[in-house]
Parts: sequence; C-alpha cells; structure tokens
Amino acid sequence: MDPIASHSLDFFDSDLSVNSKTVARSLTNRILSGICITLSLLTMVPLISIIFLLLEKGLPLLGVAIFTELPPAAGMTGGGFGNAIIGTLVMVGIGLAVSAPAGILSAIYINEYAPTSRLSQSVRLVAKLLTGIPSIICGVFAFAVVVMTTGSFSAYAGGMALAVLMLPTILLTAEQALLGVQSAYREAAYGLGATRFQTIARVVLPDAFPAIMTGVMLAVARAAGETAPLIFTALFSQFWAKSLNEPTASLSVLIYNFSTVPFPHQIAMAWTASLVLVAFVTLANIAAQTIFSRKN
Amino acid sequence: MSAPEKDIISPSGYRPVPDFFKILCQTASILTVLMLGWIIYEIIESAWPAIQKFGLDFITKSAWVPNRERFGVLPFIIGTLASSLLAILLAFPLGVAIAIFLSENFLSPAIRQTMRFVVEMLAAIPSVVYGLWGIFVIIPIVKAFGDWAVNSLGGFPLFSGPAYGNSLLTASVVLAIMILPTITAISRNALASVPKTLREGAYALGATRWEAIFSVILPTAAPGIVAATILGLGRAMGETMAVAMLIGNSSRLSWSILSPSGTLAGLLANQFGEAQGLQVNSLMYAALILIGITLVVNLLGEAVLRYTQKQTAGIR
Repeated sequence: MDPIASHSLDFFDSDLSVNSKTVARSLTNRILSGICITLSLLTMVPLISIIFLLLEKGLPLLGVAIFTELPPAAGMTGGGFGNAIIGTLVMVGIGLAVSAPAGILSAIYINEYAPTSRLSQSVRLVAKLLTGIPSIICGVFAFAVVVMTTGSFSAYAGGMALAVLMLPTILLTAEQALLGVQSAYREAAYGLGATRFQTIARVVLPDAFPAIMTGVMLAVARAAGETAPLIFTALFSQFWAKSLNEPTASLSVLIYNFSTVPFPHQIAMAWTASLVLVAFVTLANIAAQTIFSRKN
Repeated sequence: MSAPEKDIISPSGYRPVPDFFKILCQTASILTVLMLGWIIYEIIESAWPAIQKFGLDFITKSAWVPNRERFGVLPFIIGTLASSLLAILLAFPLGVAIAIFLSENFLSPAIRQTMRFVVEMLAAIPSVVYGLWGIFVIIPIVKAFGDWAVNSLGGFPLFSGPAYGNSLLTASVVLAIMILPTITAISRNALASVPKTLREGAYALGATRWEAIFSVILPTAAPGIVAATILGLGRAMGETMAVAMLIGNSSRLSWSILSPSGTLAGLLANQFGEAQGLQVNSLMYAALILIGITLVVNLLGEAVLRYTQKQTAGIR
C-alpha cells in the first residue's frame, strides 16, 4: 500500500493515541476560542462602568438650571454651566469655520484637479501626520500664534487650536467622499459641455455631500470633547462671555477644573457636565453615521 | 451673431478667464502643507531662548524648578515612554483578541456588531471623561492592587512601595482602554485583508480554527498588527488629559510603576496656563521634544502600514 493511503487509513483507526491527539487538538481549539471571546467581552466592562457612573452621578443635577446659570464659586452650591456650553459651541464653530473650507477645498484640489501632483502627495502626507500630532500640540501652537501675540487668552485662540485639530479629519474624509463619486458622472458632465468648475459644483459635490458632512460631524464630535487644546488657549471663565477676545469657558475644561477640587457639589457638576458632553458627542457621531448611511 | 456664452470654450481652444476656483483650491492645499511647517517653526521660535540656554542638558537633566529657572525633562520623557509602553503591553493582547473576535465567526453577526459598536463608543468618549472615571474607579482598584503587590512582590524594584493611587500604573490602565479602539480597528483591517484562499487552504489541510489562525492568518497579518501597535503607541504618547489627571505629575524618577510619574503632555497641560518668562520657552522646548517623538513613531507606523498593504496586495 502506498504511504499516503496508509496514512489516511490510520485516521480512521480506533488507535487510542491518534484519537486522543484529535481530542486534544479540538479541546485546545475550544479553550482558545473561549479565551478570545472572554477577552473581547471584557472590553464591555469599562464602557458599561463609564455609562453607569455617568447616569448615576450625572443625572441628579441635570435640570433646566444647569443650562441657564453660571458655574458656582468654590464651595458654593447651585448654579450651572450655561456659559461653558455656549463657549464649547462657539469655539467649535470658529474651528469649523476655518477648517471646513480649507479641508474641503484642499480635498477638491487633491482629488479633482491634480491627484498625482507632488503638491497633492504632500497634502496627503501632511494630513496623515497632522492626525498623529498630539492634540495638546494644537494648543501649544495656538498659544504661540494667538495668545502670545495678542497677550490674552481668548475664544479665538481656542477656536484656532480646534481648527488645527479638525483640519486633517475633514480633509481626509472629504477626499474619500470625492473618491467615492463615480467617474462616469464626471465624464457625463464633461460630455455635456460643462467646465471643470461646473462639473465639481453641480455634479461631484452634490453627490459627495453626505459623505463630506459625515467627516465634518466626526470632526465636530472629536473637537467638542477635546480639553487639551483649550486648557491654555481659551482658559476658563466664571462669567458669560462678552466678546470672543476674552477667556472663555468650555465644557471639557470645566470637567477638568471641577474634577480636581475637594467640593462634592463641584464634582457632581463635573459628572453632569460629562454626561452632557458624552451625550452631545454621541449624538454628533450618530448623526454622522446616519447622514452617510442615508446616501447608501 | 450673438457673443458666445462665458462657459463655452473659445474658438482658439482656451478658456478666456483663468480658473479662479482651481487657484482657490490650490491655495488651500498649499496652506495645508505649510501648516505642519508653521506649527514646528512657531514652536522652535518660541522655544529658542531655552534651546540656547540649556541645549541638550534639557533632555538629560532631571530638574523642574521654575522659580530657580532650572529645567530638565528627563523624568517626563521617561514617564511618557514608560506609561505608553505599559499601556501597549496591556492593550495589545486585548486589541488583537477583539480584532480576531470581529473577523472570525465565533458568535452571531449581531453580537459582533454590538462589539464593534462598543469599541467605537470607547473611541468617542472624551479624554477628560476617562480621567474623571479613572479618578473614581481605577485609582481605588490600582491602590488596592498596589498595596497587595508591595506586600507580596515588594522585592522587585517595579513594585517597590509605598503604593499610590495616582501612579504610572493607573495612567497606563486608562491609556490602554483609550488606545484599544486604534489597535483593534487597524488590526481588524489587517486580518480582514488576509486572502480567503490562505484560510481555506489551511482548513483543507486539516487545521483547526486556531491552528489556522496561529500558523497562517496571524503571520500574514503580522506587519499590519505591528503597525497598529506602533500607531497605538503614538496615540498613547500624545494623550494628555486623562494622563494629567491620573499619573500624579511628579518629576521624581522612580523604578516603581506604583509611584507617581509625569509625561511631557501632562507637563504642558499643567503648567502652560500660569507659566512666565523662561518657563514658557522651556515648555515650548518640551513640546518640541513631544512632537519629535510622536512624529517619528507615527511615520514609522505609517511606513509599516504602507509596506503591509504592498505585501498583501502581492499575495492576492
């Protein structure tokens, strides 16, 4: 009998050593699957713990006053963080106003005008590198450019830091969005005699719009939660902001400041602020995903 | 005969007006490219007095005494490296396990979908919320573990006492959770891009699921998983708020993972608000070192990732 056939016949032998080897292999397989599943499910523990604590410690203070009043002074009770919510929205808005046009226009250039040019290659590389830069560096940059030249902490400085943070996200997602537009659309537009600009404005951008908005919403969600770029550019303020040129409160910096003080009421307020912030970020993320899925 | 409309190409074949929109887009692109250079230039310029005064001593000395103008960031560099390496050590097995879990069919797609959602949620939670959660949940756990470790393992320098709540270990545990999504997402992509034929070949030769995973799938996806780990490391090094809230921000060098430490990012977060004079320049110098480290780590990760994509494209 040839060796291969005899070997395969061995498999069906009721030889105990072979059989136990198969059992051992199958057992190892099951144990490893078990370990893998356990480790994966373990990840749910921190998330569930965070959400549980946010609700348990954040809900008691949640009320109308939280959104309309000013933060309490050290050791005092009552109050809210209306100015911090407005501050966060204003600074994210400034960041968006700067980064969205820059990011989307760059994406149009690198995808529609000169996809293979050296400039486009460098834009892609720089955007990748900018995503890897620590968020606090955006703050350091805005500190050097805005705070050190104007001499005061301001909403402008905070917005500028957030703009640097949001730019690469918006640019890279917008590029992907434009890549997703079928080239047949462009060719059809050119075939009808449209110019480059007409093709981009009337055909490409409308088709890519939902996907671009997804990227913008993701950037907004990320920027709203960031503390590091704001902590020494916008600083913090106990009062309603009168102009964009003065220290401005934000939700994330409020959480940071209040979480390290020894007053229970302030700590409770930090939890409520966290709950509001996480809710906002989650909503922005969900909005981003629904915009995108509606297109598909 | 009426004049041709503006958008119609003229008889000579050229459009009469330059494409202003193209110029606008090109300007935006050039500004984006200049951005990185501008950031680095601004920071070098602001750091210049400190660079001139301290030179390389800044990196090798460990002193941070603002009122005597003595600055050296060695403990913070070591703290940055130590906390992120420890975080990677904790997050790597978990991240790879989840990536395998997501790319295999152990359980129903609904459960895998839930798992993906959980990981995405972890990525969405702001750093400062992780810090707040760490103060209330992780610090007590690590403190209890630390007290036990000092009693039973105190002989090792890594576990020498006394154990603090605000410690390197606390920061690393929270960092590990925070970088988990990065590691999982990139590893999962690497596993998903392993050609199906390789897996089928392994099964056809009689391999069990895990024999196939260990001998075929993981080795093929290895460069991608390495890239995931490096990029996770880069993220951990730059992470600021949670670390600043948990690590204790000490400039004392210690072997023990149970004692307070400090990171470059945490140093910046703590001191920039009230810094004056030379301290600002020194902090800028520290920021420059942080940029340098993270840029190198990220470039390395991107390079490995690009290499991986080329390799797997070859197999197909």
